[in-house]
Amino acid sequence: MGSFFHRHKGVTPYLLLAPGILWLAIFFLIPLAFLGYQSLQSGLFPDFQFTWEFSNFSNAIRDYHEQFARSFVYAGIATIACLVLAYPLVYWIAFRAGPWRNLFLLFIVAPFFVTYLVRTLAWLNILADEGPVVGVLRDLHVLGPDGRLLATTFAVVSGITYNFFPFMALPIYVSLEQIDPRLLEAAKDLYASSTQAFLRVTLPLSAPGIVAGTLLTFIPAAGDFINAALLGTPSQAMIGNVIQAKFLESLDYPSAASLSFLLMGSILVALLIYARIVGSERLTG
Amino acid sequence: MTDTTRERQGSNLSQTPAVADVRLEDVVKRFDDSTAVDGISLEIPRGSFFALLGPSGCGKTTTLRMIGGFEEPTEGRIFLGDQDVVGRPPYKRDVNTVFQSYALFPHMSIEGNVAFGLERKRVPKDELKGRVAEILELVGLSGFAKRKPRQLSGGQQQRVALARALVNHPRVLLLDEPLGALDLKLRKQMQLELKRIQHEVGITFVHVTHDQEEAMTMADTIAVMSGGKIEQLGPPTELYERPATAFVAGFLGVSNLLPGTVEGADAIRLDEGTVVRAVLNGRSGQVAAGVRPEKISIGAGGGSNELPGTISETAYIGVATQVVVRTAAGTVQVFAQNMDAGGRIPAPGTNVVLSWAPESTFVVDRADSVMEEETE
Ligand SMILES: Nc1ncnc2c1ncn2[C@@H]1O[C@H](COP(=O)(O)OP(=O)(O)OP(=O)(O)O)[C@@H](O)[C@H]1O
Ligand SMILES: [Mg+2]
Repeated sequence: MGSFFHRHKGVTPYLLLAPGILWLAIFFLIPLAFLGYQSLQSGLFPDFQFTWEFSNFSNAIRDYHEQFARSFVYAGIATIACLVLAYPLVYWIAFRAGPWRNLFLLFIVAPFFVTYLVRTLAWLNILADEGPVVGVLRDLHVLGPDGRLLATTFAVVSGITYNFFPFMALPIYVSLEQIDPRLLEAAKDLYASSTQAFLRVTLPLSAPGIVAGTLLTFIPAAGDFINAALLGTPSQAMIGNVIQAKFLESLDYPSAASLSFLLMGSILVALLIYARIVGSERLTG
Repeated sequence: MTDTTRERQGSNLSQTPAVADVRLEDVVKRFDDSTAVDGISLEIPRGSFFALLGPSGCGKTTTLRMIGGFEEPTEGRIFLGDQDVVGRPPYKRDVNTVFQSYALFPHMSIEGNVAFGLERKRVPKDELKGRVAEILELVGLSGFAKRKPRQLSGGQQQRVALARALVNHPRVLLLDEPLGALDLKLRKQMQLELKRIQHEVGITFVHVTHDQEEAMTMADTIAVMSGGKIEQLGPPTELYERPATAFVAGFLGVSNLLPGTVEGADAIRLDEGTVVRAVLNGRSGQVAAGVRPEKISIGAGGGSNELPGTISETAYIGVATQVVVRTAAGTVQVFAQNMDAGGRIPAPGTNVVLSWAPESTFVVDRADSVMEEETE
């Protein structure tokens, strides 16, 4: 074995990559190709024919552009909310929590010990009309006597924010934790106030974490359907709900497949725009 | 901020050179479980190259960090010029630091790193550009302005750290073992370079090191620290020729310490009976007479102090021959200069007389001299 690797040095990296590539090929590329094939079919379940049915795509946009737009708006708001909530929290954990750091990190991931569905159902209870939050808000007259949180945009976005919070928090934590505290001393030594040291040193050095966090949050959030299904109404439906309904309820596989492709494509476009804005060097390292 | 710098430089001319740039008064720093600095008072004159020298853990870094404002003293006062700066954050002190690890900002170019302080002080763009270019020239890194720190060697990074601090024309530059990460050859080269730069810019340097040779090479004044206290403070020659304590005698170079008792105005009777003459500085009672190995001659004629002994070992080390002589007063080390090839160092076993001058004989406390021998 050893001598084989020595003689074929150039081969080794590919051998190490092979399991990953195989995995991707079997569980991602092949289904993707099949999905592409399906998206151009026509007919009724279970008799679909491949007919280069490009109208699936134009119909999808015509019928569901609203849900598309909503998905991106919800995911965008949730991503920003995650960032705003997570950054100060993990900043505090990384720089101030001392020996308690790991405990606090555990608290952040703790909800993941419970399945996604159950976590979201918990929010159903928290935001319910008879629940404590609504009760308090009604007493405080923040909500009217008939006001509710459930079945609103607020509920859906809150649910997404809550469910994807760790995806934002952990990458930012990692990037903050790696910052050498002596760099901040150096900044202060060079006449930077705490705010300036944060803006000029801490923030730029944590940018890779922010970029990773926003991607990890935004991408799955844009395709999410559980939160809208459980905490919203049809008027909060996201594109994920449409795809889910097409696949599992109306069994319209071609439409579902073309919607999936459109979702992927639009996320990719959004990513490219994002990369342009934050500078591609941040994304590629 | 620049105004204050100019003011200071302007007034510089009219002021007497005796003004202390840094003054510590009875400074104490206690951490939860230990006292890192235990009552230090010192004055560092303007424009001097001052070294804080001492073994690991003696409180050098802590002292420096208190001057820089990264730690607050538990007791005592710290002055920069005539201002008490205790309680003032680092960014409001006219002091810059070269950190041991350099602490260069990895996301900024060399230029960006060097300009950082000037930008914070809102120096106009044109002036800033000029000053950055000038300082990079001074440290010999003009061609590297656009590079990132990780694209430089250790020595080059060290120069960037120096440039980044110097460009601000601080009142005082603090250097915490700035050469510690460099290999020996580069370190020697940078020592001379640092000294040249200090001459050129005329800023007060406070340099922390545990390398006695480095301190001797570079500094005008050295404070030798031990256990959070200053053992002795003075120019390198004084510390070397007239160490005040056994610790200093042992830390700076090699010393022979011979226990004895003061007898008269200028003599010490060694415990085994020989009387040697010494510069007593008013000491009395039980002491140790000290003499440096290179001040001793083998054979009579090196001076009026004489001690008989037997050569037990010789080792040729190039510039000198190291000779170990057993005497009734204890083991004595001698460095005999290799003046002529072939040498005339007697072989081991030979009985010889060691001689040295009374002026080369210093006196230190005996109590710690005994300790010193135990630890060696
Ligand atoms: N933040 C701190 N908390 C507790 N103790 C500390 C702290 N900083 C330093 N000390 C203690 O204070 C003493 C002096 O430390 P200091 O860093 O000043 O030593 P030093 O002379 O710079 O040593 P070295 O040459 O190894 O850098 C040490 O015993 C150290 O353990
Ligand atoms: Mg130190």
